[in-house]
Amino acid sequence: MEILFALIIGTLTASGVYLILRARTFPVVLGLTMLSYAVNLFLFSTGRLVTAGQPIIGSTENYTDPLPQALVLTAIVIGFAMTAFVVVLALRSRADTGDDHVDGQKEALWPEPGADKAPEETR
Amino acid sequence: MNHWLTAPILLPLLGGILQIFLSFAPLGLRRTLGLATTTLILVVSISLLLLADDGTYRVYALGNWAPPFGIVLVLDRLSALMLFMTALLALFCHIYSTRGTDAQGRHFHALFLFQLMGLNIAFLTGDLFNLFVAFEVLLIASYGLLMHGGGTARTVPGLHYVVLNLIGSSLFLISVGLLYSVVGTLNMADLAVKVPQVAPEDLPLVQAAGMMLLVVFALKAALLPLCFWLPKAYANATAPVAALFAVMTKVGIYAILRVYSLIFGDQAGPLANLGMDWLFPLALITLAFGVIGALGADGLRKLVAWQVIISVGTLLAAISLHSEASTSAALFYLLNTTWVVGGLFLVTDLIARQRGSASDRIVTAPRMRSRTLLSVLFLIGATAAAGLPPLSGFFAKVLILESVKPSAEMGWLWSVILVGGFLSVVAYSRAGSIVFWRNVEGHVKDPGHLTLPVTVSAGALISLSLVIVALAGPISRYADATAEQLHTPSAYIEILQTPVVSRGDSL
Repeated sequence: MEILFALIIGTLTASGVYLILRARTFPVVLGLTMLSYAVNLFLFSTGRLVTAGQPIIGSTENYTDPLPQALVLTAIVIGFAMTAFVVVLALRSRADTGDDHVDGQKEALWPEPGADKAPEETR
Repeated sequence: MNHWLTAPILLPLLGGILQIFLSFAPLGLRRTLGLATTTLILVVSISLLLLADDGTYRVYALGNWAPPFGIVLVLDRLSALMLFMTALLALFCHIYSTRGTDAQGRHFHALFLFQLMGLNIAFLTGDLFNLFVAFEVLLIASYGLLMHGGGTARTVPGLHYVVLNLIGSSLFLISVGLLYSVVGTLNMADLAVKVPQVAPEDLPLVQAAGMMLLVVFALKAALLPLCFWLPKAYANATAPVAALFAVMTKVGIYAILRVYSLIFGDQAGPLANLGMDWLFPLALITLAFGVIGALGADGLRKLVAWQVIISVGTLLAAISLHSEASTSAALFYLLNTTWVVGGLFLVTDLIARQRGSASDRIVTAPRMRSRTLLSVLFLIGATAAAGLPPLSGFFAKVLILESVKPSAEMGWLWSVILVGGFLSVVAYSRAGSIVFWRNVEGHVKDPGHLTLPVTVSAGALISLSLVIVALAGPISRYADATAEQLHTPSAYIEILQTPVVSRGDSL
């Protein structure tokens, strides 16, 4: 079981890192998601893998560590919110720059005069 | 158990929730409530600063779970100092935002307060996983603030900032998991007890976790290989947000200072001073890189953003020396640089408003309406930031230079800081002389008027550098005491013996 678990985490991390290094926002978002799955699985395994064990001492013969489960729950919730945010941001960037390149390619290739300037604030 | 420890977290939380419910209320009401909350936070952090000055550790066990099983908030001199520094900076930034920044989006005040909440949790927590949660709270608020006001110029750097920080969060979780799997605790005091006792075969795991934590904190602090996101993001943010973000890099520095003096400090056995040999050269290269960037900056906002990187390099170089004197000097410099850089961001915005289409770019433009006042403010800020006498930056740098013992490190530190200081003077004087002295004929259509609150908040932050000089004695005494406290982690560990309040006890 440990080997299978480790292989899954490794594959997810490797795919995540590869996708994050892509130049388009969609693969980057997917990569971030995969990386966070890998991290969640990893966190879960930090309490050691136990089968048929409950996280309560005394209820079964061998028990499992409850703390990583609490940690991973927190990490999942935070990761979920962040993924939602980064998806919206990627869409916004696509709409603003007219390109889904992570650097907003169009602007980078043909800078318009004053294009790097923040819009005037309302007074 | 001191219940006041929760106040710096609960106040912005409640204030922020109130702001969300009132998001369709008149702007005046939201402003008043927001400013009142920030003022209250400042009052509370001043009283906590006075409380912490007696040198004891105050602990608040959330939910009355005894450490190391529950999450604890710990107040010591360092966290009190960080709370106070942030609250004072935040108040002036908040006042400045009433110029119109807060009218650009409905949730500015709520985001601003949640940002403060995240910062305050990070400074108070005594638990490594809770530090992760605090980072997430302050980051998600900062994502909103960074892109506040909209525009293409903010979306792309914002996307980079978000993606980088999400990767940073993953690394943080991996290192927290690694530490937990070996040591079996995440309470910082308990970690400090158990890390030196780690079995030799598990040492590489803890070492990997420690180095990964350093990478995460270095990303927050914007150390060299991880700082390319900063200048663009900060230069494009709205002025009060950029000024508040002067403290964001300092959170990373705080985390390095806390974790690497407590958990991987001198007493950590085979893992003592983990990563500090990497930190020193990287910090100096960061400093040099920041100076080069400042010399090449084409706008005043960019120039100040590079100043953030310069100060990160200076601070981390001093911290990585790992002596009491250098930590104390770094804390003195920390106060100076945070407030002055924040003030410079605000003054730069005032300048940009009066120059029409030239904005903050370092080019010739028609004469500004309030040139005298703005140039004096810029002069004071630049002098303090570059470290020229008689302002606080000079004393801070002298303290840092004095704190290093004669060695090869001394040669590197002295030469990089002194040459870097000289070159940043060149950068500031080039920018200042072009912006203020080289005027062309013509007038700017509708130059922004200086209103009292805006001028006062920008001016006050800048002139805090004069206050630091006037109060240099008490401040350096406090910094010395803080450094001494940081370098005796055995006292911190005693919080594990904190008695938990039982039902019958009076609170």
